Amino acid sequence: MADPNVVDPIHQFAITDIFAFGDSGLGITNASLFMILTTGLIAVYLILSTQRRSLVPNRLQLVSEMAYEFVAGMVTDSAGKEGMKFFPFVFSLFMFVLVANMFGMIPVFFTVTSHIIVTFALALLVFVVVVVYGFMRNGPKFLKLFVPSGVPGYILPLVAVIEVISFLSRPISLSVRLFANILAGHITLKVFAGFVVTMGSLGFLGWLGALLPLALTVGITALEFLVAALQAYVFALLTSMYLNDAIHPSH
Amino acid sequence: MEAEAAKFIGAGLACFGMAGAAIGVANIFSNFLSGALRNPAAAPGQFSNLIFGFAVTEALGIFSFLVALLLLFVV
Repeated sequence: MADPNVVDPIHQFAITDIFAFGDSGLGITNASLFMILTTGLIAVYLILSTQRRSLVPNRLQLVSEMAYEFVAGMVTDSAGKEGMKFFPFVFSLFMFVLVANMFGMIPVFFTVTSHIIVTFALALLVFVVVVVYGFMRNGPKFLKLFVPSGVPGYILPLVAVIEVISFLSRPISLSVRLFANILAGHITLKVFAGFVVTMGSLGFLGWLGALLPLALTVGITALEFLVAALQAYVFALLTSMYLNDAIHPSH
Repeated sequence: MEAEAAKFIGAGLACFGMAGAAIGVANIFSNFLSGALRNPAAAPGQFSNLIFGFAVTEALGIFSFLVALLLLFVV
């Protein structure tokens, strides 16, 4: 058990079984429960709010339409008209990351995207889709992606190697960006909240002094809401840009 | 030197990486501001590029923060 006198910001990320089938590894953990809740909330909200399909949207339908327009505009700007083929994929990624991040901001809930395995699974999915579709659509000409135009011949091999390495680092940077942002934010929140409690235990002067870390915690919570939304947007935007590389491989 | 002490020293050293990221992020916003003040009509069109550039650059600072956290809490 953790020492109650020391701030322990890591315990919040532990994956615990809620319902396990013995030792088989199957069952419902807190991580899978929140992933189910995320997907369920998104599906239920989108289906119920657009059930009436009214031409002039009511408030609930308006939110769904705003989300659709936002992601559709982003996909069309980055990947062109043909990129809209991937709209369901990018929209699902965006909504999942956004709602999962927002769920994590609620105090007792578990943050699914603060685990590298979750974000790496999403980023690997994006990478595999890009590579497979790139080869399916362009054949061997997909490799023109690694040969930028206008490069002098003698330096071409070096540039190609560097381009391949930076292409292979895409799933890593995509996953670690989301994971590290959310993990660092939640650890910071926990540590600053721990400061409030620690200072509060020092008596009356401690209570007065605890106002400063309290104000900081409120500020960081606001920042974390912004980061949660921003990281979802960046994940979806980068996915659209990588898909654009698969659809139109050239520099 | 004990492993505990080395962990703390390493975590402190890892935080130096955030200096570069901070300069990078400031670069992006300052260039956006100077461009937006010269051509205010074109500024809203570039806003999403601004946010994207900011997020990608800040990621590198977060990577260095992540190394510090890994050293403190996971190793």
